[in-house]
Amino acid sequence: MNLEKVIFAFFIILAATLNFGFVIGEIDNPLHHHVWEFFAAFVVNVIATVLKFGDRTQVGATHLATSLVALLQLCAAALIWALAPGGEISAETMTSIVSLSAGALMANVVSVVILIVETTLQRR
Amino acid sequence: MNNAVLVALRRLRAPIVLLVLVFAVGIVGLVLIPGTDEAGRPWRMSIFDALYFMSYTASTIGFGEIPRAFSTPQRIWVTLVIYASVIGWAYLVANLLSLAQDRAFRAVLETGRFRRRVHALREPFYLVCGLGETGTLVGRALDALGLRFVAIDVSEERVQELDLLDLAQDVPAMVANARLPENLLAAGLARPECRGVLTLTNDDQANLAVAISVRLLNPEVPVVARAMSRDATANMLSFGADHVINPFATFGEYLAIAIKSPGSHRLMSWLTGLPGTMLKPETAPPRGRWIVCGYGRFGSEVVRAFRGLDLDVTIVDPDEPTVDGLRVVRGLGTEAATLEAAGARDAAGIVAATDDDVSNLSIVVTAREINPGVFTIVRQNLRASSALFTAYDADITMVSSEIIANQCLALLQTPLLARFLGIVRNEDDAWADRAIERLQARIGAEAPDVWRVRMDSIDAPACHEALGRDDYPLALADLCRDCADRERCLECVPMLLVRGSETLVLPDEALQLRRGDTVLFAGRPAARAAQRPVLRNVNARDYAVRGIDRPGGWIWQRMTRPGGR
Repeated sequence: MNLEKVIFAFFIILAATLNFGFVIGEIDNPLHHHVWEFFAAFVVNVIATVLKFGDRTQVGATHLATSLVALLQLCAAALIWALAPGGEISAETMTSIVSLSAGALMANVVSVVILIVETTLQRR
Repeated sequence: MNNAVLVALRRLRAPIVLLVLVFAVGIVGLVLIPGTDEAGRPWRMSIFDALYFMSYTASTIGFGEIPRAFSTPQRIWVTLVIYASVIGWAYLVANLLSLAQDRAFRAVLETGRFRRRVHALREPFYLVCGLGETGTLVGRALDALGLRFVAIDVSEERVQELDLLDLAQDVPAMVANARLPENLLAAGLARPECRGVLTLTNDDQANLAVAISVRLLNPEVPVVARAMSRDATANMLSFGADHVINPFATFGEYLAIAIKSPGSHRLMSWLTGLPGTMLKPETAPPRGRWIVCGYGRFGSEVVRAFRGLDLDVTIVDPDEPTVDGLRVVRGLGTEAATLEAAGARDAAGIVAATDDDVSNLSIVVTAREINPGVFTIVRQNLRASSALFTAYDADITMVSSEIIANQCLALLQTPLLARFLGIVRNEDDAWADRAIERLQARIGAEAPDVWRVRMDSIDAPACHEALGRDDYPLALADLCRDCADRERCLECVPMLLVRGSETLVLPDEALQLRRGDTVLFAGRPAARAAQRPVLRNVNARDYAVRGIDRPGGWIWQRMTRPGGR
């Protein structure tokens, strides 16, 4: 077992699960989507991206690409949240935030799938 | 992605993750800890406010307490956050700076830059491996001829010295070992613009390695390699180097020619001279008894040349080698006694062939004291000693880097020149003198430019078209007419005409050309440029060949056409 691999897998899966936890619920109901969960998903996604830096393999490149996509979507969602008029989150705002995060969730799921495929291919 | 960026990102992973964590914890604390607004009501920062605060605090900009003055619990937390974030930030910056100082990282950056510069070369270029005395000299000569080149060398110092050469072009150069194929590829070996590889290091093994790599990686590209021994020469030729230059063997060969036919030697050295050198007066080494001081790589080649001509040779060498049939005197040759013992008093000539410049000068100075009429050949090892050798003015000064440079340029310019030189080699003195006279009368005493013209649709489309018509005779002399004033003759002379399997040396200029003929010209660079329109432009051709100054445009052509409407 390799500690580096554990940490790597941990952050990738945590990014996906936190993202999922935030997205689940009625899409326009602010009560179902907590800001802290979003914050945590965001931070963990940033860390997961940084951990993927510098891998020169093809799989590594795809890994990094999925993370960058997720991060881009979450950034857009965070921007909408920060720019919400008067700090009040309306149903429409919530809808766009959650749909953007759902997109990020897609990318995170792809990332997890790559992780699993890569692991199973490795016969060690 | 760029290699350097990848390396940087991998090295900076830890500091970046640390900074992200510090930010995250700091933001969480700032949002959770309540403050009070002007009215005394509790308020909390939004996540964005907290991020903004963290950003300007961590980077030590410190705008103050925004958006409102902080409460005491907030200030306690902020104090902790400041220390943590500034440390994290400093850690990242320190890592970044140490990365910029890192030799390995700098090498990656340099390589990337070198690759980009080679990639950006859109003109034909040569790849020079080894920037010693020879490589530098060849580089200078290529530059003088307006040819681009890329250079690699193992020594950082020599690569930096390239900048001090004051070349007209900006030469991409890299500190790298040419033995490694990847470095050759980085230097553009596989690029279509690469016209040739010159491997000129002072290490025969390295030159061999380069020759093999080129043969395997890009078989189309010709390789010119330097070799210091006959074994290495044979080895390189068997591995597919196109041309191997052994300066000592070349000099020996030239020396033999100079003794047999001084004119041929003079013509050959003139045609292969570096740009700017002048035709030298004839020097004919005498037949007679020779003394060779130093029986090393150079000395043995010289002895071989003398023996080939059945001349008597005495060898002076401190190691006293046994050479059958020759008298060997032990000693360096710098002392009068040794030279006297070797018979310097009645020798026809002396060769100072050791690998030390001071010894060589000392030998010839002593020899001239003993025998003022002796013919002196002196080997100059370092270009740095040029001033001494010029001041001494021996009959022949042998500089191996110059010999290699001359050979390289002669080979690179056109393979036909090598064929011409091969013919000159076997001609006698009188023939060579006539040839020199003919060339010099038209193009002057400066070493000429040599070029090849083929009568085909690519090289000379206008002439090719004319040669296809029955009513358009085209003589060799027509190619030497100035297309600005047809009565004026260009400063160039046809040296060789190749027609099928037939080769005509110094052909008569009245000779009629045919399609597919290849002509080797020698002349001034200006003449080469002036000849081009006659070869390529129909109007220039018509004027130069027939004296018809035809109007260029379609309307004028219609109006002046005989019998036209």
